[in-house]
Amino acid sequence: MTLSKRVIPCLDVAAGRVVKGVNFQNLVDAGDPVELAKIYGDAGADELTFLDISASVEDRSTTLEMVSRTAEQVFIPLTVGGGIREVADVDRLLRAGADKVGVNTAAIARPELINEIADRFGNQVLVLSVDARRGSTLSGFEVTTHGGRTGTGIDAFTWIEEASARGIGEILLNSMDADGTRAGYDTEMIRQVREITHVPLIASGGAGKLADFSAALAAGADALLAASVFHFQTFTIGEVKADLARHGYSVRL
Amino acid sequence: MIAILDYGSGNLRSAQRAFALTGHETIVTSDPNICLASEGLVVPGVGAYGACMEQLVATGGRAIIDARVAAQKPMIGICVGMQILFTNGTEKGGHDGVGIFAGAVSQIDAPILPHIGWNNVRSEISSILLQGLQDESFYFVHSFAAKSAVADASNSWCTYGEEFLAAVERGPVSAVQFHPEKSGAAGARLISNWAETL
Repeated sequence: MTLSKRVIPCLDVAAGRVVKGVNFQNLVDAGDPVELAKIYGDAGADELTFLDISASVEDRSTTLEMVSRTAEQVFIPLTVGGGIREVADVDRLLRAGADKVGVNTAAIARPELINEIADRFGNQVLVLSVDARRGSTLSGFEVTTHGGRTGTGIDAFTWIEEASARGIGEILLNSMDADGTRAGYDTEMIRQVREITHVPLIASGGAGKLADFSAALAAGADALLAASVFHFQTFTIGEVKADLARHGYSVRL
Repeated sequence: MIAILDYGSGNLRSAQRAFALTGHETIVTSDPNICLASEGLVVPGVGAYGACMEQLVATGGRAIIDARVAAQKPMIGICVGMQILFTNGTEKGGHDGVGIFAGAVSQIDAPILPHIGWNNVRSEISSILLQGLQDESFYFVHSFAAKSAVADASNSWCTYGEEFLAAVERGPVSAVQFHPEKSGAAGARLISNWAETL
């Protein structure tokens, strides 16, 4: 036996509710986050990720309550990303019951934020969320913000190397080309990023069929994040894990 | 009553919630009298070894641990709360620990660190913590670990790159490198196993 490959459902939340949508548009209420978190936890999720897409500060405080209520009832690790701009935001989330936080836009704007969070809480709480798409930067992959709509001109691999040096615990590598397509994870990008970093790599964006998950692991991912295939019950977490086991990967059943 | 030592490190609420789930009331405190009088003491810990030790000493937590050991009263360390019970840790330059268990805590020899996720733990029959949990998976988040068996103890092991200690139990002192409070049903069972010895 060995370290299991993790399967991580991702829940988009706004104002304390789970929402469904495509590229953050046409959002539909998809239920109570605590109930969904429990369902996924019971179904064998290895962790849960909440992505806070709240528009206002008031909505974010509702998210804090939601994290707290979830942590009361779900005893697997919770990662919360979205809207984290300073150490105090991290402190509030961890106190509410989050185990890890995902940072993205604010760290691009001010990379020192990574050092500040890592120095205070340790590298292990910090998940660097990278929304990358193919572009004309050095590596051929560019960092984007705002759900992939805004290019930054920053090379994704240069950014990953800088952030790794500053102190991160994991990378959530989200392909903006694959996101929402259900055409499979971007295995080429996963393979290349695996070569330049020594922290665990979570693949995200593009999962549509069972074979996509084992393909991402074969490319070098340590964990697999997916949203719509679980929300729309295309398949269960158990079915994903059974398929991974068939491919010879260690999973927690 | 079980006391959770508050020395400024660790996700204290999650430990408290997990104990509550298994029907055990806890108090989060740094009060030496409560900590010494409690039936069991939980020592959590996250972050860097040296920073944890500094805070432990500064808040009087180290004195509490020493006093409980002298009185042979039960205690469980979790994650860095386990690591600081060893002689020393090599993280960020090297720091002395509390020294209840002989041995060093050093970086795991694995290509990808931190070791994050669910990994299985191999226990000895003598393990009380892992009774009914042989080869179960628990949630780990760490880059450093103790790698040598503790003498006269029940040693449980995990493998990631190399073998390291996942749990140690010797008399009243227990310690786990993983996070039982984040390890679902298996973690809840482990917490119950410990709490029922009190």
